[in-house]
Amino acid sequence: MLSVSNLNAWYGASHVLQDIVLDVNKGEIVCLIGRNGAGKTTTLKSIIGLLDKIRGSIVFKNEELLGQPAHRRFSRGLAYVPEERRIVQGLTVRENLRLGLVASPLKAREAALIDEIAMIFPRLAERLDQEAVTMSGGEQQMLAIARAMIAKPDLIMLDEPSEGIMPVLVDEMFELFRNMKQQGTTILLVEQNVELALDIADRAYVLDQGAVVHHASAQALLADDEIKERYCSV
Amino acid sequence: MAGLSLDLIAVQLFAGLALGAIYVLFAIGLSLIFGMLTVVNFAHGAFFMVGAYVGLFVLMMGGNFWLALVVVPLAVGIIGLIVERFLVRPLYGRGIDYPLLLTFGLSYIMVELIRIAFGKTGYPFDTPELLQGAVDIGIGYFPLYRLFVLGAATVVLLVLWLFLEKTSFGLIIRAGARDPQIVRVLGVDASRVWLVVFGIGTGIAGLAGVLAAPLQGVIPEMGSTILAEAFVVTVVGGMGSIGGAVVAGLLVGIVVSMTSLFAPEMAKVSIFALMAIVLLVRPQGFFGRAGLMS
Repeated sequence: MLSVSNLNAWYGASHVLQDIVLDVNKGEIVCLIGRNGAGKTTTLKSIIGLLDKIRGSIVFKNEELLGQPAHRRFSRGLAYVPEERRIVQGLTVRENLRLGLVASPLKAREAALIDEIAMIFPRLAERLDQEAVTMSGGEQQMLAIARAMIAKPDLIMLDEPSEGIMPVLVDEMFELFRNMKQQGTTILLVEQNVELALDIADRAYVLDQGAVVHHASAQALLADDEIKERYCSV
Repeated sequence: MAGLSLDLIAVQLFAGLALGAIYVLFAIGLSLIFGMLTVVNFAHGAFFMVGAYVGLFVLMMGGNFWLALVVVPLAVGIIGLIVERFLVRPLYGRGIDYPLLLTFGLSYIMVELIRIAFGKTGYPFDTPELLQGAVDIGIGYFPLYRLFVLGAATVVLLVLWLFLEKTSFGLIIRAGARDPQIVRVLGVDASRVWLVVFGIGTGIAGLAGVLAAPLQGVIPEMGSTILAEAFVVTVVGGMGSIGGAVVAGLLVGIVVSMTSLFAPEMAKVSIFALMAIVLLVRPQGFFGRAGLMS
């Protein structure tokens, strides 16, 4: 579904990604792990088109994305939940959800899709007309995920979804990811909480200093204390 | 101060609101364009002036004022679309000073073109027959045309508000003003949105120009005065804030109107004094967000 090869990226003069190669197959949960600054977030940003200086190849559903403007990716079925969530200030929960549909061919079914999403996220359902930024961090994260899911993307990329969120909500969220996978959504996950992420993932790539240093099944990595110690301990 | 009755003050206050309505229409586009595109549109005054001249042209061709009210915002808005698409767009991402210099130069070109086409001297602009005279508004007699300006501005604001609050495109504009990046991530072609915002902003400036024409006549330089005043409005109201533009526009109108009643020699300076006071107390303006320019 997604195939990244020889991906190189620069922030100004610093070469932040070096020949990243990774694949995500349909129906999988693939996880990127590694220390802070290893290049996980930059990899997701490169794929979604937010970096200017970038080389290599990003093929999504048999189509090269590199060179296409960022906004094209979403309508092709590639969604992204950034680390900072980016819930829009001044808009209600419902308006933030509607924003997830404005560029989608499913826009005509807006009311039905909001009802559908409200079933999945009962916490949001109670707060549809509340200003979104007044909700707790966890609820805002749920909203960010719901906003990216509402247009039914094929692949959703999540950047540190559990960061700064109450443990009970984190469990709820990971349960949701499992369900999404069952429904056929493919997930590319960046997560600091390695054990939790590997528990739901099929495969994982370990990044260090802007390069992929290891690639294995999630199960194998869970058992591999040396790799976890070397690349993931803070 | 004999003869300064309460009625006179009330009528002058009302006159200030009508003047403020023109400021509001002008500043709202300026503010919208700055808030979304981070373009300080120095040609906004020129669009205002062109609006008045397009109105004049409609009258010269035998059309009436009502036709001009329809033709002007469309014509000026289309000029705005062309300017954004071919002149401003190539400069995005290069810093705030590039589009600023471009629009500054563009305003000179527009003024010069109008001078060539219509001459250097101004024209009077008749108040439409239906709106001549004065009406008793309870506190005293008030020119009907000014009342109309106030009403027209209210209608434009109401339509704009409905557009922003109730349509998907309005939702995109409101979200894009806060966070253009997430709007792109959610699949919106931001450049299309900016184009439309520039067209709407300049179109409303043109409409303000033709509405102002019967009050002040039409001259090629009419845009530069209001541009300076409108910058005061946007600074006082808060750069990029529509609500701020409305409140500050009316306030500036009232301040101008009141100082010209009590201390006419202070009328030109008063609004800048107002701006200085607001900047000292609240540097981001009434409704502005701090650090927008940084």
